[in-house]
Amino acid sequence: MNIIDVKNLTKKFGDLVAVDDISFSVKEGEIFAFLGPNGAGKSTSIKMLTTLLDLTHGTVRLNNFDVVHQPNETRKSFGIVFQDPSIDTELTAYENMEFHAVLYGQQKSLYKPRIEELLKLVDLWDRRDSLTKDFSGGMKRRLEIARGLLHHPRVLFLDEPTLGLDPQTRNHIWTYIQNLNKKEGLTVFFTTHYMEEADKNADRVAVIDNGKIIATGTPAELKINTKTATLEDAFLALTGKEIREESAGAGNSKLHGRLWGR
Amino acid sequence: MDDFGEGKVVRFACKSIFWRLRKRDGARLEENRSSDLSVLQKILLQANLTKNFMKTIYILWLRQLKRYTRSKQRMFASLAQPILFLLAFGFGFGSVFAKAGEGNYMQFLASGIICMAIMFTAVFSGIEIIWDKQFGFLKETLVAPVSRFNIMLGRTLGGATVAVIQGIIVLLITLLVGFRPMWSGFFLAFIFMFLLSLFFTAFGTMLASKLDDMQSFPLIINFLVMPLFFLSGALFPLTGLPGVFTTIVRFNPLSYAVDGIRGALTGTTSFGFGLDALVLTAVTLICLWIGAEFFKRIQA
Repeated sequence: MNIIDVKNLTKKFGDLVAVDDISFSVKEGEIFAFLGPNGAGKSTSIKMLTTLLDLTHGTVRLNNFDVVHQPNETRKSFGIVFQDPSIDTELTAYENMEFHAVLYGQQKSLYKPRIEELLKLVDLWDRRDSLTKDFSGGMKRRLEIARGLLHHPRVLFLDEPTLGLDPQTRNHIWTYIQNLNKKEGLTVFFTTHYMEEADKNADRVAVIDNGKIIATGTPAELKINTKTATLEDAFLALTGKEIREESAGAGNSKLHGRLWGR
Repeated sequence: MDDFGEGKVVRFACKSIFWRLRKRDGARLEENRSSDLSVLQKILLQANLTKNFMKTIYILWLRQLKRYTRSKQRMFASLAQPILFLLAFGFGFGSVFAKAGEGNYMQFLASGIICMAIMFTAVFSGIEIIWDKQFGFLKETLVAPVSRFNIMLGRTLGGATVAVIQGIIVLLITLLVGFRPMWSGFFLAFIFMFLLSLFFTAFGTMLASKLDDMQSFPLIINFLVMPLFFLSGALFPLTGLPGVFTTIVRFNPLSYAVDGIRGALTGTTSFGFGLDALVLTAVTLICLWIGAEFFKRIQA
């Protein structure tokens, strides 16, 4: 069964076509990597899949809900870890979790043990009453992952979850995610610039460039099709070697300017 | 927070169903029981939705309050300006005011300074949305399965509560420097303080939903908030102003809040409580509505 079904998805910002008529699907229980150079349309696509951005054209179904017409049902079906930190640093780890649980309509008797379980899973239970502004980047990330799982989502979106983290933390985080995927059948949709991470963890990969999907398949298939030895080489063979004009940061703030400005 | 109003709703539902059952005779009671059950289910569902609605409002409200109590610098910084105005104007112009035959200036000024503290805190609270945008927390609330209106309302109530607390702190400070209010008017003053807080928080939210970054913030303070403050009758009486100013003052919502609070605390109003309350309620509702509309359209 497909848990995510994207058909002819398009997003235009004025004349700029950020996402250009893409279609793909993700099977339930899959770990799916969404790869592409900076400014290729990864984050824009994720925002549309997660009800944060209107679609210009096309349909997205997530857990059999239409993201445009059933936003709240869709929102209950997924958890997300954003590219940029999104925890309230004036609140403690526990308060951040509780805030999330209440917004997702959970009962106290259910969310209390769940928060404890998850904070223990990411090794933050001892720091539950510390303000998150004192947390390191890795701790914040772990807290965000725990928070994303709090309402028992069917799909977990991870937008560059390991960006800027040391190898130890990255390894740790991927071990949790792999475990959850195996034990609870959680579908994972992630983006990354670390190709070996995608190679190691993803069941299937889609490569997006200039707003279009240019290849999909298992990491092994992509390597065979491009006659390369590593996923990194396959990626470079598919998307070319020149450096993209827009760095992720600049691209984002430009996009923001456009969006907020309206 | 577990039995948030649900108990009341359910009790009411049971009572009304019991009342309906009693009205019927025994024979009809049997066949109608199933329909009564579905009515009960519907009411329970409604009660559950209401409970969730209240809970999300509560948690958003609580977040604003926690942020306020934890940021001591912010609390003091937003008290410093009103206190400065209170002392500088209060003692500086006190004698001139008395010589002009207007009486005790502190009696006049205190209400204006309370309004000032409330207005600034409330606008800041509303504008905090920009902060949440920049630090990413806004996205967390925007992907939650809660209506945008609900989020906006919870935040606004939280911000307004913080502003009222600041207003009360300033009221206590004015007592130290010689303000003698009529305590009988305190409840009425409190209502005006709350309306004023709600209005400016919603106003701040409205602005912040349209703004991009903190750079535009000084512009808002200098070109919107300060003029509103100076032309509201907070610092000087509105009698004898040039015609243009009288008109501006009349169109300034803050004037009605200053007048209402001053009226409640000292017994003299220029517009009358009725008009004050009417204008403030109207502009608050309009701002809440526009704020909610703008907030709904925020895309991340």
